[in-house]
Amino acid sequence: MNSDLFLTSLHLSFPELILAVGALILLMVGVFSGERSGKLVSVLAMIVFAIAFFWLLFIPAQGLGWGGVYKADGFARFMKLLALFGSFVALFMSIGHAKENQLDKFEFPVLVVLSTLGIMVMISANDLISLYLGLELQSLSIYVIAAINRDSLKSTEAGLKYFVLGALSSGMLLYGMSLVYGFTGHTNFADIAQALSADGGRSLGLIFGLVFILAGLAFKISAVPFHMWTPDVYEGAPTAVTAFLASAPKVAAMSMLVRVVITAFLPLLIDWQQIIVFIAIASMLLGSFAAIGQHNIKRLMAYSSIGNMGYVLVGLSAGTPAGVSGVMLYMLIYVIMTLGSFAVIMSMRRQDGTVVEEIDDLAGMSTTSPFMAMVLTATMFSLAGIPPLAGFFAKYFVFMAAVDAKLYALAVIGFLTSVIGCYYYLRIVKVMWFDKPVGQFAEPSGSLKLVFGLSGLFMIVYIFVGGPIGGAVDLAAATLF
Amino acid sequence: MGLQAIFFYIFAFVAVASAFMVIFAKNPVHSVLFLILVFVNAAGLFLLTGAEFLAMILLVVYIGAVAVLFLFVVMMLDVDFAELRSGVAKYTPLSVLIGLIVAAELIVVIGGSTLSPSIKQTVTMPIPDVTKRSNTAALGDVLYTHYVFFFQLSGMILLVAMIGAIVLTLRHRQNIKRQDIAKQVARDPKTAIEVVKVKTGQGL
Repeated sequence: MNSDLFLTSLHLSFPELILAVGALILLMVGVFSGERSGKLVSVLAMIVFAIAFFWLLFIPAQGLGWGGVYKADGFARFMKLLALFGSFVALFMSIGHAKENQLDKFEFPVLVVLSTLGIMVMISANDLISLYLGLELQSLSIYVIAAINRDSLKSTEAGLKYFVLGALSSGMLLYGMSLVYGFTGHTNFADIAQALSADGGRSLGLIFGLVFILAGLAFKISAVPFHMWTPDVYEGAPTAVTAFLASAPKVAAMSMLVRVVITAFLPLLIDWQQIIVFIAIASMLLGSFAAIGQHNIKRLMAYSSIGNMGYVLVGLSAGTPAGVSGVMLYMLIYVIMTLGSFAVIMSMRRQDGTVVEEIDDLAGMSTTSPFMAMVLTATMFSLAGIPPLAGFFAKYFVFMAAVDAKLYALAVIGFLTSVIGCYYYLRIVKVMWFDKPVGQFAEPSGSLKLVFGLSGLFMIVYIFVGGPIGGAVDLAAATLF
Repeated sequence: MGLQAIFFYIFAFVAVASAFMVIFAKNPVHSVLFLILVFVNAAGLFLLTGAEFLAMILLVVYIGAVAVLFLFVVMMLDVDFAELRSGVAKYTPLSVLIGLIVAAELIVVIGGSTLSPSIKQTVTMPIPDVTKRSNTAALGDVLYTHYVFFFQLSGMILLVAMIGAIVLTLRHRQNIKRQDIAKQVARDPKTAIEVVKVKTGQGL
C-alpha cells in the first residue's frame, strides 16, 4: 500500500478514527480524574459521537479503503449516522440514572464508544475478516456492559448468558466464513460474488458456509430460532444498557446482514432467500405470540424487537433496491421508537425512588402522568403499525417490497402477525388509560422527557417529513447494487 | 543434511517421549513441566522446517503464557488428581477412538493438498519462497501494510478485553493495608520514634 492509498484510506475511515482516538483519550481522562468520573467521561463521549456524526454528515467520502476491506458508500453512511445517533441518545439517557446501576464508572462510556467503533467497522465491512473483527469488538464491549452492575445477580447472569451464546454464534459464523473462504478462495465480498457468478461457483459446501454465516448473523439480530438470549438479557441488563443494545448494535447487525447477502451472495439469491423468508416468518410469529404472556415490560420489548426484526427481514428477503430501502427506513423508525419507549421505561419509578418494570405498574398512568402516557400510547400505536404513525409506513414499505418480489405468502403472514401483535401493544394502552391508578410516578428527569417527547413527536409528524426521508433512503439503498 | 536429520530425531524422540510422560507422570506439576518440554521440542521441529516465526510464537505464547497458567492452576487449586485418574481404564476405548479420529482428520487435511493441487491455486496471497524471504519478514511485509486495518482493530479488541477484565473483577477494598512508598520515605526519626526516659526500677 503506497502513501497515496494510505492517505485515502485514512480519509475514508476518519469517523472510525475519531471514535478510536476518542476512546483512548477518554480512557486517559477517566483514569486520571478518578474512579467516579463517569459523568464527565459520558459527556465527553457524547461530544466524540457528535463530532463523528457531523463529520459523516458534512464531509461524506465514498470509495474503497485499506486494500478493499473497508467500503464507504451511501448505505454505510446512512446506517452509521443512525448508529451514532442511537449510541448518543442511549448515553444521554444513561447520565441521569447512572448511580443506581453502577453505570457511573468511567469505563461505561468508554466501552460504549469502543462498541460503536465496532459497529461502524461492521457497517463498512467489505471483507469477511473486517466483518468478524468489527463484530467481536462490538459484542465484547456489550458483554462487559451488560454485566457491569456486577453486584446484581440478574445483570451478571445477563452478561454471562450473552457472552456464552454470543461466543457460540461467533464460532458458527467463523466456521461458515472458513467454508466460504475454502470454496471460493476469497474473503473480499466483491471477489466472492465474482467467484460465485462464475460457472460451477455454486457448490454444496458453499451453501453450508452460507447457512452457518446466516445463523451467526441471525443470532446478532436476535431472529428466531436464535433468539433465546434476548428476553433474559433485555430484562437482566441495566435499562440504560438495554436501550443501547436494542438500538445501535441492531442497526449494525442488520446492515451487516444486508451487505453480506446483497454484495457477496447476490448470485445465490434463491438459496438465501428461503432461509431469510423462514427466519422472518418464525420471528414474526414468535414475536407476536410469545409477547402476549409477558408481564415485565422489558421482556415485552425484547419479544417486540424479535418480531420487528422479522418484519425487517421481510424487506430484505425481496433482495431488491426497494426491499433494502424498506429495511433502512424500518431501522430508522425502529431505533427512534425503541429509544422513545426505553426512555419511558427508565422513567418508571415511584416517588420514593423504587424502580418498577411490570406492565401492571403502568395502570392509570393517564391520570397520574398524562404526558408520559400520551407518548407511550403514540409509541405503542406506532409499534403496532396503526396509520398515520411512523410504524405504519415502516411496515408498509417492507410489505410492498415483498409483494413486488412476488412473495405473497410472506406478506400475508406478516400482515396477520402484525394484527396479532396489536393485541399486546393495545393492552398496554388499555392498562394506562382504563385501569385504576396504583401509584404516582416520580417526575421524569429532563433528559428522559426530552428523548421520549421528541420520539413521540417523530411518530406523529413522520407523515409530513416521510417523503424527503424516503427519497434519501432510496438513494442510499441504490449504492448497494 | 546429516546434522539436520540428527537434530530432527532428537527433537522428535524427546517430544514423543515427554508427551507420554505428560500422561503418565504421577505428580501433576511434573506433567506440566513435561508439557513445556514438548512445546520446546515442537518449537525445535518448527525451526528445522524453516518456520522460525511459529517456533518463537510457540515459545512465547505456549510456554510464556499457557503453561505458566496451567502451573498456577495446578498449584493453587486443590484438585484430587488420584481420583481423577481412577476412571482411566473405563474411558480408554473412548479416548483411543477420539485419538484415531484426530489422526484421520490430520491425514485427510495433509493428504488433501497433495491429492488435489488445484486448492493451492485458489490462494490469493501465496507465501514467498522460504529461501528468498524468511517468514517473519514475509509476515511483516503484509501485517503492517496490507492488513494494517485488521492489525489495529485486533489491538482495539484486546484493549476491550483488558478494560472488561478490570471493570468486572477489580475491587478497591477499603480496610486493607497498602504500601505507600512516598509515605515510607517521608518518615523521619521525629515522627517514627518516640524516646522515653525510663527511671530505673519504675518501668513504664
